[in-house]
Amino acid sequence: MTPVQKMGHVDANKRIAQKTAFGFFTFLSYLVVIILFVILILFVILGFIIINGGKVISWEFLTSAPEDGMTFGGIFPAIVGTLYLVLGSSLISFPIGIMSGIYMNEYATNGKIVQFIRVMTNNLSGVPSVVFGLFGMSLFVNTMGFGDSIIAGSLTLALLSIPLVIRTTEEALKSIDDSFRHGSLALGASKLQTIGRVVLPMAFPNIITGLILSVGRVSGETAPILFTVAAYFLLQLPESIFDQCMALPYHLYVISTSRTDIEASRGMAYGTALVLVIIILLVNLLANALRSYFAKKVKMN
Amino acid sequence: MIKIDARNVDFYYGDFHALKQISMEIAPNTSTAFIGPSGCGKSTFLRLFNRMNDLILGTCLEGAIMIDGRNIYERGEKVDELRKNVGMVFQKPNPFPKTIFENVAYGLRVNGINDSEYIESTVVKTLKQVALWEEVKDKLKESAFALSGGQQQRLCIARALAISPSILLMDEPTSALDPISTGKIEDLIHELKKDYTIVIVTHNMQQAARVSDKTGYFYLGELIEFDDTRKIFTNPEKESTQNYITGRFG
Repeated sequence: MTPVQKMGHVDANKRIAQKTAFGFFTFLSYLVVIILFVILILFVILGFIIINGGKVISWEFLTSAPEDGMTFGGIFPAIVGTLYLVLGSSLISFPIGIMSGIYMNEYATNGKIVQFIRVMTNNLSGVPSVVFGLFGMSLFVNTMGFGDSIIAGSLTLALLSIPLVIRTTEEALKSIDDSFRHGSLALGASKLQTIGRVVLPMAFPNIITGLILSVGRVSGETAPILFTVAAYFLLQLPESIFDQCMALPYHLYVISTSRTDIEASRGMAYGTALVLVIIILLVNLLANALRSYFAKKVKMN
Repeated sequence: MIKIDARNVDFYYGDFHALKQISMEIAPNTSTAFIGPSGCGKSTFLRLFNRMNDLILGTCLEGAIMIDGRNIYERGEKVDELRKNVGMVFQKPNPFPKTIFENVAYGLRVNGINDSEYIESTVVKTLKQVALWEEVKDKLKESAFALSGGQQQRLCIARALAISPSILLMDEPTSALDPISTGKIEDLIHELKKDYTIVIVTHNMQQAARVSDKTGYFYLGELIEFDDTRKIFTNPEKESTQNYITGRFG
């Protein structure tokens, strides 16, 4: 009797093992299918934009202004406007964000205050961007009297990206081992020298990645510039930071929704979308390239 | 003459009483070893000499530590000046991610020396001093990370010596190294003793016996015994010391 019972027991074990293995492989194959599906979606979206936008894109499209109610011509003013906004917001958010990150990681000693600032920064980065837009309109456009202008838009976009910059700076600094700081301090270097000559150069590759990703984010935002800077259509390029400008995401929004002949300007919309996607893609590639370049360089220096 | 004079030092990490009433006098141009089981306070005591414990929050010192007759914890004493005079080598080699040359030159540069001829001659001199010159003379422009652990540690010693300190603190400098590298560092300590006052923390009792003139045995935050190394290892006064060096505990 006993051996038979034992046999049955072994069979049961085997069956469970087989079932588990089968279940595991089933799960795995579902997973692969889902991943392929996600990749497929990405390619469909990109492909759709590339095919439709590719037809429109030409040198002329990139270098001339829109004509005939946005149904012809190009998007040059919008490209320039987006570059101005990216530049303006970077000039504001990089110094503030990097310095805040350095303060939080290197100087602040009170854990509670740092914790509080960190929670607030995280909350800030969770605020919907349209709220930033409203805030920017109320503060920079109205209260401070900049009007709809590049400066107001840049400040609003800077507010949006500062939490991101602080966060990446902080993370980059945190990843530097304390032994490097101690080694420097033990040689009679001041704290500032230690940060400037050892810590920041080491953290630089990671910081720059964060900065460029924030540029990518800023260049694609529509809501914050909606009420603060973006112009529907301008005949000439902005001449000062107190002028309005056009911007790619807003241009895309305008020509695909209101007040234009949507059907006629469909091609323009795809072209604009493609340019925007390419810019963001280039920015991300640049971030990766710079990161590996500086990572090598820091080791050598 | 006394180089380092610790008087009734008590040290606290928050509520933890890490060092209890420690007094010690260290003569110039000698090497002194601190031994004792982990957590006995020997590293903490060492790090008081160049005020590295200042970097830890919530610490508190009572008593006085005099170096060359000046209380280094006196209000108004400059920490960076102190650290220029009291060099330190850490447990794990920690060269900067810079070239070999720049690692040694770093201490000079942060202390405001820009004379490139002087920097170059000092770098060469200190690399020779730590017997690393022959191994790295053709790759001064290469990253210090390309060196082996033992070479890195000697580079860190060179880095500390470049700013001409008079005291060199070593916190378990060979614990991360292989026996051959360890031997090289120990030879170096013998050599450096002529010009510097060396204080070394070590877990390795043979090492303490080999490199030091005097040895201090720490246990639970107290300095149990401090005497000539020969006496500590052959005929210690206290039973606790005897037990530790014969390996009965710790």
